[in-house]
Amino acid sequence: MSTHESRVGYALAAPGILALLLLFIGPTIAIFVIAATDWELGADRLSFVGLENFRVMSVDPGFRAALFNTIVYALIVVPATMILGLVTALLVESTRTWQAFYRAAHFLPAMATMAAMAIAWEALLHPTIGLVNHALIFLGLQPENWLHNRHTVLPVLAAIGVWQNFGNAMVLFLAGLKAIPQDLYAAAAVDGADSPLDRLRTVTLPLLGPTMMFVTIIVGLRSLEVFTSVQILTQGGPDQASNVLLYTLYRESFEYLNTGYGAAITVVFLVMVCTLTLIQARTMDRRVHYT
Amino acid sequence: MSQRPRLWLGAVGRHSVLLVTSLFALLPFLWMVSLSLKSPAEMFQSSYSLWPEHFHAIENYTRALTAAPLPRFMLNGVIVCGAIIALQLLICAPCAYALAKLKFAGRDSLFALVLVALLIPHQVLTLPLFVLCYEVGILDTYAGLILPFIVSPFGIFLLRQFFKAIPDDVIHAARLDGVSELGIVWRIMMPMALPAAIAFAIFSAVSHWNALLWPLIVVQSESLMPPAQGIVAFHNNEVGVEYGPLMAGAVIVVAPLVIAFLFAQHRFIDGLKMGRVK
Repeated sequence: MSTHESRVGYALAAPGILALLLLFIGPTIAIFVIAATDWELGADRLSFVGLENFRVMSVDPGFRAALFNTIVYALIVVPATMILGLVTALLVESTRTWQAFYRAAHFLPAMATMAAMAIAWEALLHPTIGLVNHALIFLGLQPENWLHNRHTVLPVLAAIGVWQNFGNAMVLFLAGLKAIPQDLYAAAAVDGADSPLDRLRTVTLPLLGPTMMFVTIIVGLRSLEVFTSVQILTQGGPDQASNVLLYTLYRESFEYLNTGYGAAITVVFLVMVCTLTLIQARTMDRRVHYT
Repeated sequence: MSQRPRLWLGAVGRHSVLLVTSLFALLPFLWMVSLSLKSPAEMFQSSYSLWPEHFHAIENYTRALTAAPLPRFMLNGVIVCGAIIALQLLICAPCAYALAKLKFAGRDSLFALVLVALLIPHQVLTLPLFVLCYEVGILDTYAGLILPFIVSPFGIFLLRQFFKAIPDDVIHAARLDGVSELGIVWRIMMPMALPAAIAFAIFSAVSHWNALLWPLIVVQSESLMPPAQGIVAFHNNEVGVEYGPLMAGAVIVVAPLVIAFLFAQHRFIDGLKMGRVK
């Protein structure tokens, strides 16, 4: 390695690396430090309180509701998104007509501006002019104030989460399906598995295993990150029924300016996300060996 | 003999399911467009149709564009997304080239640093970055919207992967021709890794056009708001109770990405797939 090449290497890498240190690594370290203080933004003094913020968190009804709701939300969104994504991927894969239309239609929610689409959902779910209640009345059922009823608000937000994510899951499953070698189906047919359901059971699903694991985690991560729909549609209400992790983080940090406490919530969020991401990285490794 | 009707039934079954799921995916879009074409009186009617009886589109869209600074929000979106993408490529490409093709002590540790940064979800950074912007004095400015995003670990990672696949001979030949190292990055590596750069740019544009959390934190002035935050401000102010103009505003905010998506479906899907899978 020549000294000239080294010097060029450092010079070219430096802006990117310094920016990463300033904007990613430094702030992440700062979060752990701030989480150990009682700092309130704007206050000129702060003191170290150790794990006090985490102790407060463990008895804070707002945080507990947010954590609980986020987990419930994820437990609805992940399986529903997986099933819908997988079913639509299998059907799109096996149809020869309108494939492009179906792919575009299903993927559209994944890239459309969620802030604007949340407002569209609000109009769909509107108690008097919303299409959902109109349909229910037409069918002779009871209309519902979906976003203001503490029993319906979280499932409704989860349905919006499924709506937003299942096209993305479908696209990932389609890529997984494409990677299955066609001769495996021929081999399965020789072994007597020639009905579509047999082929699904003996070839497709087992070979999609790694993709499924991986899509589960992607959708899981997206569920932990739910924020926009909550911020626009419910502000965590009614009475904490739709408070979620990122929303409580936002409120404590930037509305109440409880900087130290907000940082502690951020640490919890970071640990949850990193755990899922590391599991994903491990499955990715395994997938490389698999095929 | 019995194969034909069964195949036909299968196709009908598949298309019925897919039409239902497509309707689920498209319903909010259809409803949004439908309301944006209707008059208030028609919205509150008990009888219903997606297509309006009386076309009220011109009134709604005019009101959306004049009652709130919607054109300004859109322009801000273009400025912010454009600046972020340009700076990200400017900073990430040389770094990716150095990490992929140049040999120097500590290179692997620097790449490990990129991988660690890749692991960090951006929401985690909002609080310390907010404090940083506050200390530097760029809250409520374009700089506050743009500078925190000038580097993307995903961008470095993705470009490095593509650069690595380019044969070293290409670089040696360029050096013999007297091309500088930066010249190699911009005139040789980038054109060869164009699909990656485009995928990354699309991912970045979609993320920042749609971003809400960071703008909510850093921007207060309406004149600086990017589209997602703008439509939320519209929703929360007094015009927001008029559903027609509000839906017209939402349509305008969503339209650019949707139109671009319909024209370049595969590039979008690839870009977003790569970005979300990172």
